[in-house]
Amino acid sequence: MMKLTTNYLGLTLPSPLVAGASPLADDLDTARRLEDAGAGAIVMHSLFEEQIELEELGTVHGMNVHEECFAEALSYFPRPADFRLGPDQYLEQVRRLKQALQIPVIASLNGTTAAGWLRYAALLQQAGADAIEVNAYRIVTDFSESSAQVEDNLVEIVRAVRARVHIPIAVKLSPFFSALPHMSLRLAEAGADGLVLFNRFYQPDFDLDSLEVVPHLQLSDRSELTLRLRWLAILYGRLPVALAATGGVHTATDAVKALMAGADIVQVVSALLRYGAGYLTKLHADLRAWMENAGYESVEKLRGCLSLQRCPDPAAFERAQYMRILHTWHPSSL
Amino acid sequence: MTHPVLQGAGPQAATATVDANEAVASVAYRLSEVIAIYPITPASPMGEWADAWAAHGRPNLWGAVPRIIEMQSEAGAIAAVHGAIQSGALATSFTASQGLLLMIPNLYKIAGELTPFCLHVAARAVATHALSIFGDHSDVMACRATGFAMLCSASVQEAQDLACVAHLATLRSRIPFLHFFDGFRTSHEIQKIVPLRDEDLESMLDAPSLAAHRARALTPDRPVIRGTSHNPDTYFQAREAVNPYYQALLRIVAEEVERFAARTGRHYPLYEFFGHPEAQRVLVAMGSGSETAAETAEHLAARGERVGVVRVRMFLPFDAEGFLRVLPPSTEAVAVLDRTKEPGAIGEPLFQQVATALYEASYTTQQTKPPIKLIGGRFGLAGKEFTPAMVQSVFEELAAPAPRPRFTVGITDDVSGLSLPVSEQSPEEPEDVFRAVFYGLGSDGTVSANKSSLKILGEHTPYFVQGAFVYDSKKAGAMTISHLRISPHPIRSAYLIRRAQFIACHQFSFLARYDILRLAQPGATLLLNAPYGPEALWDHLPAPVQQGILDKQLRVYAIDAHQLARELGLGVRINTIMQTCFFALTDFLPFEEAAKAMKEQIRASYGAFGDNVVERNFQAVERARDWLSAVPIPSAVTSHTSVPELVPAQAPEFVRRVTAALLAQTGDQLPVSAFPPDGTWPTGTARWEKRRIAQSIPIWDPGVCIQCNKCALVCPHAAIRTKVFPPEAAVSAPAHFRSVPYKGTDFPGFVYSVQVAPEDCTGCELCVQICPAKDRRNPRHKALEMEPLADHLQSERRNYDFFLSLPEADRTRVHLDVKGAQLFQPLFEYSGACAGCGETPYIKLLTQLFGDRILIANATGCSSIYGGNLPTTPYTTNAEGRGPAWSNSLFEDNAEFGLGMRLALDHLSNRAQHLLRMMATEVGERLVEALLHSPQDNEAAIAAQRARVAELRQRLARLRSSPARELQLLADYLVRKSVWIVGGDGWAYDIGFAGLDHVLASGLDVNVLVLDTEVYSNTGGQQSKATPLGAAAKFASAGKETPKKDLGLIAMAYGNIYVARIALLARDQQATHAFLEAESFPGPSLLLAYSHCIAHGYDLRFAGDQQRRAVQSGYWPVYRFDPRRLAQGLEPLQLDTPEPKIPLADFAYQEARFRMVEQLDAARFRKLLAQEQEEIRRRFRLYQELSRLRSLASEPSREEP
Repeated sequence: MMKLTTNYLGLTLPSPLVAGASPLADDLDTARRLEDAGAGAIVMHSLFEEQIELEELGTVHGMNVHEECFAEALSYFPRPADFRLGPDQYLEQVRRLKQALQIPVIASLNGTTAAGWLRYAALLQQAGADAIEVNAYRIVTDFSESSAQVEDNLVEIVRAVRARVHIPIAVKLSPFFSALPHMSLRLAEAGADGLVLFNRFYQPDFDLDSLEVVPHLQLSDRSELTLRLRWLAILYGRLPVALAATGGVHTATDAVKALMAGADIVQVVSALLRYGAGYLTKLHADLRAWMENAGYESVEKLRGCLSLQRCPDPAAFERAQYMRILHTWHPSSL
Repeated sequence: MTHPVLQGAGPQAATATVDANEAVASVAYRLSEVIAIYPITPASPMGEWADAWAAHGRPNLWGAVPRIIEMQSEAGAIAAVHGAIQSGALATSFTASQGLLLMIPNLYKIAGELTPFCLHVAARAVATHALSIFGDHSDVMACRATGFAMLCSASVQEAQDLACVAHLATLRSRIPFLHFFDGFRTSHEIQKIVPLRDEDLESMLDAPSLAAHRARALTPDRPVIRGTSHNPDTYFQAREAVNPYYQALLRIVAEEVERFAARTGRHYPLYEFFGHPEAQRVLVAMGSGSETAAETAEHLAARGERVGVVRVRMFLPFDAEGFLRVLPPSTEAVAVLDRTKEPGAIGEPLFQQVATALYEASYTTQQTKPPIKLIGGRFGLAGKEFTPAMVQSVFEELAAPAPRPRFTVGITDDVSGLSLPVSEQSPEEPEDVFRAVFYGLGSDGTVSANKSSLKILGEHTPYFVQGAFVYDSKKAGAMTISHLRISPHPIRSAYLIRRAQFIACHQFSFLARYDILRLAQPGATLLLNAPYGPEALWDHLPAPVQQGILDKQLRVYAIDAHQLARELGLGVRINTIMQTCFFALTDFLPFEEAAKAMKEQIRASYGAFGDNVVERNFQAVERARDWLSAVPIPSAVTSHTSVPELVPAQAPEFVRRVTAALLAQTGDQLPVSAFPPDGTWPTGTARWEKRRIAQSIPIWDPGVCIQCNKCALVCPHAAIRTKVFPPEAAVSAPAHFRSVPYKGTDFPGFVYSVQVAPEDCTGCELCVQICPAKDRRNPRHKALEMEPLADHLQSERRNYDFFLSLPEADRTRVHLDVKGAQLFQPLFEYSGACAGCGETPYIKLLTQLFGDRILIANATGCSSIYGGNLPTTPYTTNAEGRGPAWSNSLFEDNAEFGLGMRLALDHLSNRAQHLLRMMATEVGERLVEALLHSPQDNEAAIAAQRARVAELRQRLARLRSSPARELQLLADYLVRKSVWIVGGDGWAYDIGFAGLDHVLASGLDVNVLVLDTEVYSNTGGQQSKATPLGAAAKFASAGKETPKKDLGLIAMAYGNIYVARIALLARDQQATHAFLEAESFPGPSLLLAYSHCIAHGYDLRFAGDQQRRAVQSGYWPVYRFDPRRLAQGLEPLQLDTPEPKIPLADFAYQEARFRMVEQLDAARFRKLLAQEQEEIRRRFRLYQELSRLRSLASEPSREEP
């Protein structure tokens, strides 16, 4: 019997294929279909610090600023009893998912300051989330802010979340660190139980007619996988944390590669958004078939087998630029 | 969470600080099962409370949640009530003014059928020469003959209590009750009261009467028939059969009053005397005025004056005996005060009741003394202040040897000489009553802060509190004045504060425009929100303010609340900061306790908006006191700045004499002779009111501008304009005036300018956001950018004056499209609409295209308020003196009103043509032919016709015959005029729909412009049938579950009506074409105009983007249906929207009205959204199919080979 179970963040998952952070978990039926299709866990879309703040301020501005201005209309909106801005809906969805699913539900928190919004972490835990994925990436445009400050801030956020919850924390990282291994170590020390490689971002594009910058996010494609493979392979086995791959996994062989690089789990998003929750069933079937064919009876067996530590040619990961390689000699020959 | 509405008036609260609307609604709600309502000021909040409570699941006395239903009109609401009470339910409704008038036919029925029911009325003036939203008794007095018992309350506590008595008494007596209290003065006044608990109501309710009511219900199990039709043999006797019920009524009410007193300790005799026990002079009055009168009488009596007041609570049936019983035997003279006017009557209604009672008493009882002298007067019409000084003047009149038999008090009537002189020396309020007056902007939250302070003081101290709030007549940059009394005794002063110990000015700019210190008493505290530190502040105060501070020895404190609010991310909301300062400067509560209470209030008010908002306000409480400082006062005036004239010297005489007084807030002092007797006012007065409410204004960069004119198109206030003119016209331009060569081909060699009206701009930024012209090198820089008003005021004011003096473009040369239309002079300018209003750009465009030859019939609503609310009005004239003639009849009748205008125009035009034909030989056959047959289908043709009319006039001037004189009068009717019927969706979709349908079906040449904001905007966002599925609105707080009514499709079904659905900011060209086509269509036209609104819940500066989303998502598909196209073999319907290309969610998420439904229940919202998305798809397919349909005649016949 093929063994797909895997361990992630101290949780036992029935499969390494996890539905990554996306709107897929917003709908209970879709979440159930994902579970039926064998998902190892489900990661909810992010609860955004900035979104919550903007919605709160935008709504209070839109509704309150015109109140008590004109004798005939002292207000313009009803105030239903249970109307409440903030994370309530999200928390409610955590509860619903927990009720509906057997697999772990991982909530996601997105913010960039170690400030008041982190109290949501405790609320997420209270609502029943099995783990929290912290997504703290931001674009630094301030010329006075150093990379050290950026890193310190991230560590601070992780430390603050750690102080508020006892459930596992995974940190979703961007690839843009000068020294990712060191950073990873710091995050692990700050209390991270796992690292998710890597975040994908809105990228600017230009509308030449209106002379406007149009941010957009495209679904990932397979070419993005290789960046993840490199860093999974480098980090694997060197840190006391779990590793997750996300971005560019579209087929079972993509998943296998990520696992071989060292991932504990593989998050799939774009392929599910493109082909629907049912696609996960096919991924599982393909994964099983591949493993059977290749003679791996468990995920555990293939995990990390092509990591920096175990692969035949570590230089393949370390080399950044093309150069002509002398294959018939090696420094170790000295 | 707990909603603030449930606090205070909660069933267990010992006291509550509420207004009468809330207090009355709370009783009516708990004693009712069906509540049918329709919004109308000032009664709307009662229905809204009921709706909010029902949404909270608050039960009535029987444990059920009453069914609240909003109807299409008050006529509909009362009919629904009629059905409900006939069928055994307990029902109530709330209304006022015109709404009450619409109910009258049904009131007769309900009373005639002896049906228990209580209607609560926030009494308000009825529209006569003008509409007014303010309180008097003219509405309720129109219901005297209906058979309803009429009970009047004078205060918030009393309104709650008598509401209860009325419900109890109607059930026992079977006589329906009209319970009324003064609109705004009582309905909106906040007082600390003892609320009635559920168990109070329960203990007083008469169960057998309720059972009897149920037993009378229409039911097929015990069928009866009601509403029969009678003949002369029966009607009269059957009508008299009710008499015993009316005879029993007074006893029943008196018993209920006693039972109420026994239960609560509060006693409300139906007639009550206040004052000297041996009063000789007695004043009789009802409502809030009688509170002031009683307070004053007692004050005078304490000084030994033998005066008194009889307060009437039970107006109908009038208990003459009961009334006479409380009148002291010592009474020698009585003055009856009515808060209504009955032109032509021998006296007003209360006067007549009292007169009859006294007269009958004079011969039915033993008289040993001379008859009582009786006089009657009017007071307080439409919310006019009624003060102790006025009460005193009535008493003085009664003391005169020959008092005026009929009088008015509170105004100066120099026309009929009816008014009583009012002495300036009025009784002072006791010194232990703390009086505070706050001047603020609506948007800065001043009123909310004061309401919160009153609640805190009411609930945390033994003090009694009172709050009355005066609002602006303009919606943008609206000023509010809050009057707060705090007293160790119950407060009965039902008039605004006249001398205050505390004055707060929350906007520094007010100091230069209004006499803010007028109400300050010597030694008072003055709190200023000022952008200057305490040391620098003095020098920035205008000289009169400095003088006032010195003269009155005021103690001055200041805070830069705007700066603190900015730091805290609170934007323009300085309410919490200023409220904190108030508590810091007063000692009703230890500050720490006040701060704690403020935080509780903040959590209650803002909790729903999330922790962020709460946290920021908490910080305001914590930090404001440190920002507050005392201002050192020098010993002499140092400033040279004076308060500028409100109206410039070149304004017309009427504006200088009348309008200027209104602007200076001294309108109360204008005498009767200042006013037109028939409600006819000059137009074009808004231009004289320079409000300067923008913080920043758009500044034009001609180098970047592409001359698209979209800025002028979208401006809601006609405060940014474009012109083309010959270069020589600009030779004397001010130094900073900007212009560039004009790019259009219609005026070769001309120059072009975009100019802002700096003092009229509201700073809404719509123009800047819509501006498509970007600097190609630096696209962040656009042709229009907002810059601080202070930096540009002087230069832009000069520029604008010069701009206005430039000649207007020759209309006959302008190419009629979006750009061209904006070269026409707007004849609707600087209205009082909200900043960023979505309606006014349509009206402005209408006046640009056809303004010099249109009549506008305007339904009541936002457009009638910003269109016709004093002090100044926006419709204006061109250089020839022509412009829109505008009138507002009512809310419900607007289409018919406009149709009447059309009929008159047609008749007068026919008459002119007839006379012309008659006089053809005298005035010249060729001229007559040309006049009769000019197509007048474009600007040039109309100009030519005007020239012919001028020529005709010249020729007629030489003729002496009577037809010549008549034609001279009617000649202008030979120029084509169009009628525009304008109103909102509440009118068109709901209350006025039957009339609109009839008018559209008439085939007559009228044009209907529906400004569709998808809610009742003017009364505060109640749902209409135009409200979309999934949006929250009042009475649809969980999100409307039914789709928007497709008014366009209904109209298209007639086949012969021009119909267009337009969205000006998204599809300006299509909208402009629609206006032109509608006007030229020789039959009825209907324009459905998407109008963004503050009731949608987003920053309206982004309205252009949002309108585009509305169209692109198919939410608001734009189309034109032109029946003329059939004759050309074309499809009449042109769908001007492509297939929807963005999801509805992209549009909906941007607006709080949708987002709040999502916040309530995301899953349900997704369902509603999916439903609406499907509806959009279905509708689009339907329109697509329709747009392929041509006339059947033009389709190839199937029989053909």
